[in-house]
Amino acid sequence: MAVDAIPLTEQSRLAVHQVLHRRKDEAGALLPILHDIQDELGFIPGDVVSDIAAALNLSRAEVHGVITYYHHFRTTPPGRNVVQICRAEACQAMGADALFAHAEEHLACKAHHTTEDGSVTLEAAYCLGLCASSPSISINGEVHARMTPIKFDRLMAEAREQA
Amino acid sequence: MSISIYVPRDSAALAVGADRVAKAVAAQAQNRHIDVRLVRNSSRGMFWLEPLLEISTPEGRVAFGPVEPEDIVDIFDQGLGQATQHPLYLGLTAEIPFLKKQERLTFARMGITDPLSLTDYEDHEGFEGLQRALAMSGQDIIQQVLDSGLRGRGGAAFPAGIKWKTVAATPAKQRYIVCNADEGDSGTFSDRMTMEGDPFMLIEGMTIAGIATGATVGYIYVRSEYPHAIAVLNEAIQIAEAAGYLGSNILNSGKSFSLIVRKAAGSYVCGEETALLESLEGKRGIVRAKPPLPAIEGLFGLPTVVNNVITLASVPIILARGAVFYKNFGVGRSTGTLPFQLAGNIKFGGLVEKAFGLTLRELVFDFGGGSASGRPIKAIQSGGPLGTYIPESQWDLPLDYETYIGIGGTLGHGGMVVHDDTADMSKLARYAMEFCALESCGKCTPCRIGSTRGTEVIDKITSGKDREHQVVLLKDLCNTMTYGSLCAMGGMTPNPVLSALNHFPEDFGLTNAPAAA
Repeated sequence: MAVDAIPLTEQSRLAVHQVLHRRKDEAGALLPILHDIQDELGFIPGDVVSDIAAALNLSRAEVHGVITYYHHFRTTPPGRNVVQICRAEACQAMGADALFAHAEEHLACKAHHTTEDGSVTLEAAYCLGLCASSPSISINGEVHARMTPIKFDRLMAEAREQA
Repeated sequence: MSISIYVPRDSAALAVGADRVAKAVAAQAQNRHIDVRLVRNSSRGMFWLEPLLEISTPEGRVAFGPVEPEDIVDIFDQGLGQATQHPLYLGLTAEIPFLKKQERLTFARMGITDPLSLTDYEDHEGFEGLQRALAMSGQDIIQQVLDSGLRGRGGAAFPAGIKWKTVAATPAKQRYIVCNADEGDSGTFSDRMTMEGDPFMLIEGMTIAGIATGATVGYIYVRSEYPHAIAVLNEAIQIAEAAGYLGSNILNSGKSFSLIVRKAAGSYVCGEETALLESLEGKRGIVRAKPPLPAIEGLFGLPTVVNNVITLASVPIILARGAVFYKNFGVGRSTGTLPFQLAGNIKFGGLVEKAFGLTLRELVFDFGGGSASGRPIKAIQSGGPLGTYIPESQWDLPLDYETYIGIGGTLGHGGMVVHDDTADMSKLARYAMEFCALESCGKCTPCRIGSTRGTEVIDKITSGKDREHQVVLLKDLCNTMTYGSLCAMGGMTPNPVLSALNHFPEDFGLTNAPAAA
């Protein structure tokens, strides 16, 4: 889905420059920089690619290539909650496919999309390391195991209320 | 006298409400004016019992589980450690058969100590390996690791000592120790447990590796899906530095070693050592051609040891107790122990550390109690998404590296994912190809293109279009991927695909096992 470039606020740009100032001399600094920016802003705006490239003496293509290579980095703002459901083998063995289908239906939202009200971004994960307590999910980095559709709906209601 | 109550802080405990249980314990203790020392320990690795509550008694620690916050009032009412009639009472923790039957060397402290208590660590043999190493020459340390027979626990099973020896022997102004903590295989969590539950052990192992090889800087590359592990490691590194176990002049030895934690970014192939190095350098995680070996030209072009978490975490005990002690566990060239991980559709899932040589049947039935669903077990995938589906006819083989290579399989990282008889093996085979397509770094054609063609061919087989011919095509494609891929991602994706096809042809709509390619 194409998204119009969102103009960066002065505050966001300042945050990016602080990250660059702090990190740019580290060996192999690009990934830590991208993590810090995403942690700070929720995503990596296309606008900052040239700033990062200039700070690290890289081409914009190299920076763009790294951002788009890794599943973790996003270039558009996520919903207020990011929900990841594990789809790997151990969770599949305990009904993860059905859980994922339930989540898509309950949220009226497909994988790697955000609900219409902007409250939840639904993503697939490939292993959260809770393979003896499957199926597992993560909500904003908090893990939940032995998931059932009923528990899922309750957690979603709680998350949406808080957001 | 205060009573110690233990509620784990491992992710698998947190994911089923351990924090709420801990809160309930603290509240009850306060209401009743009972002097309770609440310890957030690591997990014993009996995940069906989490949250597991333990209470100290004169006879030892007793356990209750799985505990809900609502159970805490009753346990307090019935006298805490004396609540032997409580329905969740499990008796002495150490006597629980799942734990008692294990041979825990690397996981000896797991579930017992507070992960961030240096005193706990020191009281349980912590840093004894490092103390010994500091009194030895680098060459002698490497000889101990070689003599122990320790092989890479990440999956490739390459002798750790040989890597170390190569790095030490390569002239360079800087060398690196890199810990591969990109534990992406489904069914594995022993790295996560180690980082969250016994971080000083990994720090000690890496420091010993640094001293042995002359490396003064180490990186731990941890997957982004493990936020708790990253937080615990960073805290543990600070504590170890403050106590003189890390940094410059370690324990006044004049030796230095410092550690940096790096967060990965969700690329499975970065678990491959050369892709991992590229990622650490700030690039896309594209696999490098070998040679040059990372031991000679690794991180930033300099000699680098790349070892898995469990490999490095096994080093302290080898140094503390000696190579012979470690080598006496295991069979043949598979020496020592492996922390096996029972996962998927399993009744008693969790961590089982045993010497190599037990069978899958013992692991899955004696420890695991069979399937969680109660249905017959159909197949067990050994070694992650690139591992083989093992049918019942092979469950009595000994679990060691050579035996599994002999059946075209792999022990990998020791993760065993159990599937019951409702599993559709053609679907799992298709998923293996799909996952490869999703995670391929794209550098070599067999992996990049082959994986997508693989899903298409499997779809044709299952929909019955020209089935016999498509099976031939699939085998041919797998052959190309196996022998033509640059790394294990494309090279081993055929393992789950072909094992599913060969052992469960009926799931592909075939009446007989297809003839060998």
